[in-house]
Amino acid sequence: MTITLASPGFEIKADGDHATVVLSGEWTLDHGRRLEHVLHELPASLGAMRHAALDMQSITRLDTLGARVMDQIIHQLGSDGVKSEITHALPTHTKLIEAVRNRNTPVTAPVRSRVLDILVDIGRTVVLAGQDMLRGISFIGEVILAIGRALRHPGKFRWAALVNQLEQIAFRGAPIIILITFLVGCIVSQQGIFQLRRFGATAFVVDLVGIITLRELALLLCAIMIAGRSGSAFTAEIGSMKMREEIDALRVMGLNPVDVLVVPRILALIIAMPILTFLASMAGLFGAGLTAWTYGSIAPDTFVTRLQSVITFKHFSVGLIKAPFMAIVIGAIACIEGMNVKGSAESLGQQVTASVVKSIFMVIVIDGLFAVFFASIRY
Amino acid sequence: MADTGQTVAGSTPEPIIKVRDLVVGFGDKLILDGLALDVMPGEILGFVGGSGTGKSVLTRTILGLVDKRAGHIEVFGNDLDVVSDAEKRLMEKRWGVMFQHGALFSSLTVAQNIQVPMREYLDLSPAMMNDLAALKIEMVGLKPDAGDKYPSELSGGMIKRAALARALALDPEIVFLDEPTSGLDPIGAAEFDMLIGTLQRTLGLTVFMVTHDLDSLASSCDRIAALADKKVVAVGTLAEMLECPHPWVKSYFRGERALARLKG
Repeated sequence: MTITLASPGFEIKADGDHATVVLSGEWTLDHGRRLEHVLHELPASLGAMRHAALDMQSITRLDTLGARVMDQIIHQLGSDGVKSEITHALPTHTKLIEAVRNRNTPVTAPVRSRVLDILVDIGRTVVLAGQDMLRGISFIGEVILAIGRALRHPGKFRWAALVNQLEQIAFRGAPIIILITFLVGCIVSQQGIFQLRRFGATAFVVDLVGIITLRELALLLCAIMIAGRSGSAFTAEIGSMKMREEIDALRVMGLNPVDVLVVPRILALIIAMPILTFLASMAGLFGAGLTAWTYGSIAPDTFVTRLQSVITFKHFSVGLIKAPFMAIVIGAIACIEGMNVKGSAESLGQQVTASVVKSIFMVIVIDGLFAVFFASIRY
Repeated sequence: MADTGQTVAGSTPEPIIKVRDLVVGFGDKLILDGLALDVMPGEILGFVGGSGTGKSVLTRTILGLVDKRAGHIEVFGNDLDVVSDAEKRLMEKRWGVMFQHGALFSSLTVAQNIQVPMREYLDLSPAMMNDLAALKIEMVGLKPDAGDKYPSELSGGMIKRAALARALALDPEIVFLDEPTSGLDPIGAAEFDMLIGTLQRTLGLTVFMVTHDLDSLASSCDRIAALADKKVVAVGTLAEMLECPHPWVKSYFRGERALARLKG
């Protein structure tokens, strides 16, 4: 084994069952691996020796790692039944070894069972999901109470915050929502024409896009976009306020965080969602009409006339009726997740992710429930 | 002793940190102007100055976190302006920093925080790294179970100790402490002072300590440097500080609060 001069090493000089172990080199962090080798080899190489004198004269440098390794070697030798002592140590080295001596009994990891772990995990997840649901319901109750308070004392309501949120959600969110629903309208229309052409039923594409856009598509795209855009922002804003104890500061001033932070946001969402859904519907129909004209040779006036005969007010209203419910779900989930942020940066990231995933999931579940409901009342 | 920051004439060892004619400013405002300071190996230097006079700026400039306008800074005998990136990395390994508010990584446990520099710079087995982290935790006086806690679960004093443990992770030669005892109760502060003294003696550290705490200055610092008028106006032992004619130093060390503290 070739060892550079600085590298830590040892040499054993045997004399009966007495051994003198000459230690050498730099016993420092830079030679960590080599020191670990020494830690394992040295006790093993002593064999049947009963006495070992550890000569530290040639150790050029010693830091906490070196001292700790020295301590562990002595410990190991002791449990192998070898009596050991340190010789020729510098006073500073002795002091350091004394300082790092392991006073704690080593902690043994508890024995774990894989099956039990999985069962515990499942159980915990179920309990957490239940708690999540209860917390969600109680939070919505709290928000409704707070909205009631705001209605009774409109003078105390934070109008500036509401307008600010409306600008963030509706005004700044409108362009991107209009753009994506326009594009999706184009795509659905093109696919419809392509498939219906084989039956010579191209004209029915107007029924298809008209109903699907107004009843489902505009609202769903809008809700998913808002969950990603505004829901994540709510969670991050409230979460970072929670991290820096700003929420606690509000509480001790006698301000209810739900009044100050949550209600303006949720109200803004309830107002913004129907507006955005309407804009999204129009953009979707416009895209569909444009595609029908250029790709399916359906003239704009034909498209509009057919739309008028197919679409009744109920199709139009279904999308708008659902919008405020989506707003409440997205807003409540985003705010709850924000309030659940713990102290770390990692937790903020997790809650924002959870907020977006949960609200998109819930939007789709609620949309499904509405579909069942409207079908059963034949609306 | 007033302007140059030199130690007593005839002292043989080379300073481990040597700052000369340092100028640092933000915008059109100069924070430090012509500052000079020596830190000797193996000493605990207390650095005092009024709030907002640039104590932290000096520390951050030495650490390379703030750019300087002019002047020279030598650490371990290397001029910070001429060292290569590789040499700079080697130097960073030889100093440890404890920030005022700990600056622990919030998403890692205390033990993982301590292991961050170890993982970066050292070749060690995970078992050995865990053992070393446990050792550092014990050395700074934390309970062994503190290693598995997250920074948000720690009290102010524990955060300071954990931050010190992380600063000591690589057995540095210099430790920079930014207001180590601020926010601690007097008993906790006194314990922390003792801890720094003990660690300094066993590990042979050089300690550069920014502090406001007169008790720390009196009990653990070998020398004190006072910052006023954008430069170091006085360096010396506490006794020398008490004799210093500079008005700010006088009001700091001979004010009513100080006299009550130091004499009582």
